[in-house]
Amino acid sequence: MVAILVNVMKYVDEFRNPRLIRQASDEIRRLADPARHYRIMEVCGGHTHAIYRFALADLLPQNIELVHGPGCPVCVLPMGRIDEGLSLVEDHHAILTTFGDVMRVPGRHGSPLERKARGADIRMVYSPLDALKLARQEPDRHVVFFAIGFETTAPSTALTLRRARELDLTNFSVFSNHVTIVPAIRAILDSPDMRLDAFIGPGHVSTVIGGRPYAFIARDYRKPVVISGFEPLDLLQSIVMILRQLRDGRSEVENQYNRVVPWEGNLPALRVLADVFELRPYFEWRGLGFISQSALKLRGEYARWDAEARFAMPGVRVTDPKAAQCGEVLKGVLKPHECKLFGTECTPERPVGALMVSSEGACAAYFSYVHRRGQSLAQLT
Amino acid sequence: MITINPPVAFKDVQIEMAHGAGGKASRRLVEGLIVPNVFPPGACEPLNDAAYLSVGGVRLAMTTDSFVVRPLRFPGGSIGELAVNGTVNDLAVAGATPLALVCSLIVEAGTPTEVLHAEMQAIGGAARRAGVIIVGGDTKVVEHGKADGLYITTTGIGHVDARASLSAASVRPGDRILVTGQIGDHGITVLLARGDIDLFADLRSDTRSVQPFAAALIDAVGGDLRWMRDPTRGGLATSLNELARDTGLGIVMEEEAVPVRDEVRGACELLGLDPLHIANEGQLVAVVAPDVADLALKTLRAVPGGEAAAIIGRVEVAPPRTVLSVAAYGGTRVVDMLVGDPLPRIC
Repeated sequence: MVAILVNVMKYVDEFRNPRLIRQASDEIRRLADPARHYRIMEVCGGHTHAIYRFALADLLPQNIELVHGPGCPVCVLPMGRIDEGLSLVEDHHAILTTFGDVMRVPGRHGSPLERKARGADIRMVYSPLDALKLARQEPDRHVVFFAIGFETTAPSTALTLRRARELDLTNFSVFSNHVTIVPAIRAILDSPDMRLDAFIGPGHVSTVIGGRPYAFIARDYRKPVVISGFEPLDLLQSIVMILRQLRDGRSEVENQYNRVVPWEGNLPALRVLADVFELRPYFEWRGLGFISQSALKLRGEYARWDAEARFAMPGVRVTDPKAAQCGEVLKGVLKPHECKLFGTECTPERPVGALMVSSEGACAAYFSYVHRRGQSLAQLT
Repeated sequence: MITINPPVAFKDVQIEMAHGAGGKASRRLVEGLIVPNVFPPGACEPLNDAAYLSVGGVRLAMTTDSFVVRPLRFPGGSIGELAVNGTVNDLAVAGATPLALVCSLIVEAGTPTEVLHAEMQAIGGAARRAGVIIVGGDTKVVEHGKADGLYITTTGIGHVDARASLSAASVRPGDRILVTGQIGDHGITVLLARGDIDLFADLRSDTRSVQPFAAALIDAVGGDLRWMRDPTRGGLATSLNELARDTGLGIVMEEEAVPVRDEVRGACELLGLDPLHIANEGQLVAVVAPDVADLALKTLRAVPGGEAAAIIGRVEVAPPRTVLSVAAYGGTRVVDMLVGDPLPRIC
């Protein structure tokens, strides 16, 4: 990522315009049928974060309930995968590199950040290419990139692997924890305790996969989907579009975020994904269990750079602490504060589950921005 | 009286980076492990930026600070300037005129002389600009591979202005909160100067003495100035949370009133950080009585470098012990203290 920062905010401020936001909020109140209760799932953790950060619930009528979905990559990662990544440092003296989000995720014996403080060679990177650069700088060490994310980050991992192959780099590998969003949405739709009216579709993932993969939601399950941006106005406009569909009895995939998301997706990115990765037969998701064809592994041609193929990785399964209800929160069955551990045994400082760690995790967002507001807010506004 | 409420026990088995990041973990370390063991019982003051002493009827403020910044030089400043300004600022926000500093160096063997020379010049220049003299120091050299080139500790004393009666206890509902300028410049400048992220911005650290601001406020509003802090590590959010906690009152900020440069907002937007959590090295946050808020603002803006000063919020009865930020479109969010180090998020 190379960016010059001067103009970034120009593109953001338009979508935080108070007058337009109030108009959208008024439109939602007009469209919402007071006799109805609406349950709308925002799939993406980035949306969850934005909803809390911008306090959008304050702008919605009481009968519109936003349900947080599974689109937070570190939140859905089973604890065993963190332990396996850490074992590469201790058992194989590798340098483990990963994104900032992963650093605080608890494993059975501490998070990567805690293990780093105790001397493990774990480094935070901003791009998988930085991990590759490190491997070239340290030819005597093996560098593993702990890859994580949906289709948003997977293309950059894929390009990095292509580069490693071109360079014939022998001291670099990837531990892939990439997952795909569509099978998770299907699992939620098939879950018996799930009653949803519509979906706010992922924004960043859709820049890669486009709008087409969500068609089955509208066609087979008759639920509206609106792909949305991340600013307050984006999200409110998406809710307006959803309410219009519901009012008219339509179920379609619509694209509110068309300034960024092309309907066809990003074809070069999809090609490089298909070239480097293939679907795993199944993969375990925290809270959702095993979902078939929901994660990416390296193709055979890339086995030399596949940490799972190069190193003995026992495939540890670690069950979550019993009292933690991360699964229910991830499925949207429980709200974060309804978990028994929320705010007492599980806080952002001492997280029990990853939902309390990542800024995209529903529990961390809820803890940071909502909890403690309490009744007193009513007196203020 | 120590204002530790509720008392905390430090149960962490080892020290993590977060314990030094200025947020909640730092607070727990100080209150749970350091204070109970090292402060003489019954002889303590509230945990402020500086301690107050009475020597022969003269009221002095005393403080110390260590500097471990990497890289040593960054746009707008260097570790030497930070070391002087940081301690000067802790004295200034205690209502004191800085008098003298002592300065200790821990130097890594192998550090080029020209690097040390440049930092000594930076220290000398910053001290002259801040009107404080350096009266002593100490130098240690440690093995190569330790101390990141140079660590600096400065300790300072200052003369407390008799007109200033600064304490959280004097803060009242209705009081106004001001800052002296744009927040977040220092933290984002240093983050980008490390070169780990390919982002470029025309930003400079805001390191400077805030003593002119503090002195001007005391001159202008005297006893109606209730409380001051320099929001360094942990940013403005942490300072205001400490205010909320120590007063038991609510702090309500207007999101749009907080001055932040577009470059800092842009970097924070891209990296998933909050400007309110980013460190400053040349800003002051002050609480004043409502009647003098406009005068205080005019006063700050008249000090060179204070042109962007702003009234950013007010003190309320409710919600107790909480900092809220209200956006122009009507959304209200809780602004918490920083947890751990700020880590950029994935996407």
